Amino acid sequence: MAEATGIEVRNLYKIFGPDGKEMVQKVKDGISKTELNEKFNHVLGLNDINISMPGGKIQVVMGLSGSGKSTLIRHINRLIDPTAGEVLYGNDDVCKMSQKELREFRRHKTAMVFQKFALLPHRTVMKNAVYGLEIQGVPAKEAEERAARWIARVGLEGFEDHYPNQLSGGMQQRVGLARALTNDADILLMDEAFSALDPLIRMDMQTVLLDLQEELHKTIVFITHDLDEALRLGDRIAILRDGAVIQQGTGQDIVLKPADGYIADFVKEVNRGRVILVDTVMDTSRTLENGPTISSGILLEEAARTFADTGEGEANIVNEDGRPIGVLNVHDTIYAMVTPATH
Amino acid sequence: MDWIEFPSLGRTDLLAIKKTIDGSFRGFTRTYGDYIDNFFNPLQDFLVFLENLLINSPWPIILAVFALAVYFLSRKISVTVGTVLALVFIGVFGLWEDTMRTVAMVTVCTLLAIVLGMPIGIVMARSDRVQGFVNPILDLMQTMPSFVYLIPVVMIFGIGKVPGLIAVVIYAIPPMIRLTNLGIRLVDTDVLEAADAFGSSARQKLMNVQLPLALPTIMAGINQCIMMSLSMVVVASMIGVRGLGQEVLVAINNQYLTAGMLSGLSIVAIAIIFDRATQAYGKRLQKHSEVVHG
Repeated sequence: MAEATGIEVRNLYKIFGPDGKEMVQKVKDGISKTELNEKFNHVLGLNDINISMPGGKIQVVMGLSGSGKSTLIRHINRLIDPTAGEVLYGNDDVCKMSQKELREFRRHKTAMVFQKFALLPHRTVMKNAVYGLEIQGVPAKEAEERAARWIARVGLEGFEDHYPNQLSGGMQQRVGLARALTNDADILLMDEAFSALDPLIRMDMQTVLLDLQEELHKTIVFITHDLDEALRLGDRIAILRDGAVIQQGTGQDIVLKPADGYIADFVKEVNRGRVILVDTVMDTSRTLENGPTISSGILLEEAARTFADTGEGEANIVNEDGRPIGVLNVHDTIYAMVTPATH
Repeated sequence: MDWIEFPSLGRTDLLAIKKTIDGSFRGFTRTYGDYIDNFFNPLQDFLVFLENLLINSPWPIILAVFALAVYFLSRKISVTVGTVLALVFIGVFGLWEDTMRTVAMVTVCTLLAIVLGMPIGIVMARSDRVQGFVNPILDLMQTMPSFVYLIPVVMIFGIGKVPGLIAVVIYAIPPMIRLTNLGIRLVDTDVLEAADAFGSSARQKLMNVQLPLALPTIMAGINQCIMMSLSMVVVASMIGVRGLGQEVLVAINNQYLTAGMLSGLSIVAIAIIFDRATQAYGKRLQKHSEVVHG
């Protein structure tokens, strides 16, 4: 598979109501969501969204319910039509595609996983998994061979002939994932895919997804309301509130430099040891003659484990070539891992 | 106190209106009656063929075919045995031929109702405008006393099988249309969204998702359709449809208590056979919903 293409969302507006188009200017002039609703009876869904989703990476869109995150992901395969703006995949604007082009785009370039699984209840696991290929017209035998691989990959081998409601929630979502992967599309859209699962299963599924991404390098757009999930999965995170992006960046950016009080409140409870990298905390002005080494790019929590294991107070941070690039000490590590009192 | 009287049209005016409408309809039937008649000829041929097949085949073969069909549909020994017993009972009391006529009639009516009703139901489910247009017509078809629409039907076709067929289909088709429409509209929107997200065309969505998931409701529609056809064959006997209905009609006219009861019970027996077989079949199609996790 060629290098995955990213997705550019530019100046995207969605206003629900009969005269959405007319309302865009009012929103650009700064009318609030409440005012728009009260005076004009239109609902502001998305307000000037600009996100550059990198190819081959996981882009998380985070927000609470009503923030517009599910609306946003449905613009990428145009299950919802935008009021204004562009969604670019390579040189193609998804918003300008004809019905036929859009269908081809959905068939070959995207696959989606849903919060409520949305499996076809009258079809077995195998028949669900081949659904995407079936409507593309791939011969049944080939489709089933390809699907069987993904069913096994998500750990459902032996369940091919079961019906969805014979399976637990976690297993059903594995079917959803297998169905999406069988499509072999560039873009994987995951709409709160793990939100309906209980915490242990959710962790488990996150691991499955991260493992898969390691080999597949798809462009994944992952919607969630759970910051821990966002930080664990996201190469980049965009935070949405009232239909607008209020901050975007890496997980570390968001935890260390929350854009406002709203996000600061959010990140307060986060396990910072699992977000912040040693590189952020290390002292680059010096290196040690000897002592333990820690690789660059790992998380503080893992560094803390090295300190605990070795009993040393300081360690060299080494880059890929094994060359020391800085020093990390226990005090700074612990200090960075606890939540700053000022927030 | 003239105003207390309702200002109805005078007798002469009413008579003129009725005469004009009746006259023009009669003219219409005289001009086009033959064409319409010919149009329905294939249907009549098929009905006659089925009737003759059922009546002229040796009864043990028909009995075996019924038993096999019921077993295939229901996969239940009890229903199959019940079917055989009921048919033997019917035959012993000399109602075999009439019953076969009725079965042929109901079969053709139900097939016709499915073939016509399902597409209408599908179109209705897709468009609120069509639904708004068709629903009042269905209301009319269901509430209009059947004797009333027998009048124009008889004027066009005279007395016989085809007018009976049309009358029965008019009566039996509304549940088929309504339940197809309802079944499709009740399909989970999440699943439809998933079908869209994978790039299904409208046709693929209909065949792969909407119809299979609406099937239990559609089967209920077919079941209702059969039941209503059976109840209508008695009324249809008034315009010359032969079979069990005619026996009932004769019994009413002559106050033959036993004959009436026997014919009535035969209709009930057939209704139960059809009902159990189709319901069990519909349930079996839904086997995926019966086994539940945990």
